[in-house]
Amino acid sequence: MEQYRLEKIVKSFDRHQLAVGGIDLAVQRGERIALIGPSGAGKTTLFRILNLTLRPTSGRLSIDGSRVEHLHGKKLREMRQKIGTVYQQHNLVPRLKVIHNVLSGRLGNWSTLRSVVSLVRPRDIELAYDALKRVGIEEKIFARTDELSGGQQQRVAIARVLLQDPEVILADEPVSSVDRSLASTIVKLLIDISKQTGKTLMVNLHSVELALSYFSRVVGVKHGTTVFDLSSDEVSDELLEGLYSGHLPENEQDVSFDEQPGTPFLQ
Amino acid sequence: MNSRVLPSYSKAAKSAFPYLFTPLFLIAFVDSWRRAEVNPLLFLEAEGRNNLWKFLTGMFPPDLSANFLGLMFRPAMETIQISVMGTLIAIVIGFPLGMLGTRTFSVSGVLNEADNLGSPTRRVWGYLVYFGARAVLSLFRSIPEFVWAFMFVRAVGLGPFPGVLAIGVAYGGMLGKVYSEIFEAVNDRPLEALQSTGANRLQIFFYGWLPQVLPNFISYTLYRWECAVRASAVLGLVGAGGLGQQIEISMRMFNFHEILTLLGILFIMVATVDYISAKIRAVL
Repeated sequence: MEQYRLEKIVKSFDRHQLAVGGIDLAVQRGERIALIGPSGAGKTTLFRILNLTLRPTSGRLSIDGSRVEHLHGKKLREMRQKIGTVYQQHNLVPRLKVIHNVLSGRLGNWSTLRSVVSLVRPRDIELAYDALKRVGIEEKIFARTDELSGGQQQRVAIARVLLQDPEVILADEPVSSVDRSLASTIVKLLIDISKQTGKTLMVNLHSVELALSYFSRVVGVKHGTTVFDLSSDEVSDELLEGLYSGHLPENEQDVSFDEQPGTPFLQ
Repeated sequence: MNSRVLPSYSKAAKSAFPYLFTPLFLIAFVDSWRRAEVNPLLFLEAEGRNNLWKFLTGMFPPDLSANFLGLMFRPAMETIQISVMGTLIAIVIGFPLGMLGTRTFSVSGVLNEADNLGSPTRRVWGYLVYFGARAVLSLFRSIPEFVWAFMFVRAVGLGPFPGVLAIGVAYGGMLGKVYSEIFEAVNDRPLEALQSTGANRLQIFFYGWLPQVLPNFISYTLYRWECAVRASAVLGLVGAGGLGQQIEISMRMFNFHEILTLLGILFIMVATVDYISAKIRAVL
């Protein structure tokens, strides 16, 4: 079954800037895809469209075979619940305890009252504990989130997605702010979760090496469009050179800056 | 020739602002001085000097008799109680209105984009709620608490209750305005992440917004409480109970030595409240 179908998806923030310039893409359920490309190529914007934060300026977007561009209110929230996102900057609430950041994955299932009560007396502690154990930092469950290291915070964000239990996991540059060895650990973790649960996994990666070694399908994105969409063994050096031409070569070390969504290239 | 003149003209136009506004500011200052009848020389005139002297010397020695101090204990407590109750009501009014009056909560930004594009009527409602909340807050705080107290005394009679209501309403307007500014300045990335889990707006508010602003939120509220202690003393002047009412009575009786005592009590109370709120803020 088809998880995502994108037809000529365009997103512009104003008349002169096209962040996404007509992307066609079909994603099957349970697929694991890496998106690579220079920064500013529109990958983050694309992910924010895919998790229904932003709305495409034009084009068709279908999830599970149904169109989603005009959803609002409760239906929109229910659709968002099916899509879990891990962000580059973790986007956790720094002053909350780890457990509340993890449990916030359940908000779609909880009533507002229940959510507020849980802030005082946490519900579903076992679920949160299991998820944290899965990512290997269960001992931090009652720590304050801003006391954790970057890598630990990224694990909390993954634990939050585990509690959300979505159909799709979108990970936007999940490892750009951690060191090399931790990067592959986290990517492996995401892949394991996807394999065990059959969840669709899409990951934006700065590191070509990680993309090619862990993902069977690799999509190259540049100037807001897909340059190639191939299995990893078909991705040649020439294709990569073309993808990154006009840009500095990138690897994990020099990309810890914050890729601001909404300030893409000039077309 | 035009092409050579235009750039230098536009450059001059930009830098004309200081030349334009400096005279305007000076005119405004001089005019205000004149119309507000500012005249420090009045202090040097015999009558003003005499009255001031009478008032100041009349204050000494302050009335520190056990009898008077004992009598003033209840009004002093009443002032504190008015300020506490008034601030609580102000929070009850200001918190929800401040939330709804936050642009990024009600009408725009990443939390509203998708919903608004999906449903135009929702956008209209959002704007109505936003401007409605802002209008109510403006109304509440543009009327001075003194005037509110005056109206509430007519409505519910003399005593501390009109003072409580006056502080509640006027300070509710101020708190709501500042709350919405605090909420507006929050980092919206965690909010976006919460939204992407399928959380509704209120859930996002309690999980993302409030924890981020809590120290600011509490410390501003405590600051307003300090102001409320002072205000509740003033409100007594229009018959809304507390120390102010005692000050008013002593003034009318020309018992200036009592006034100094009362001002001393007020000073100690404000300093104490200041100290308490500083301690609480230090913990945050």
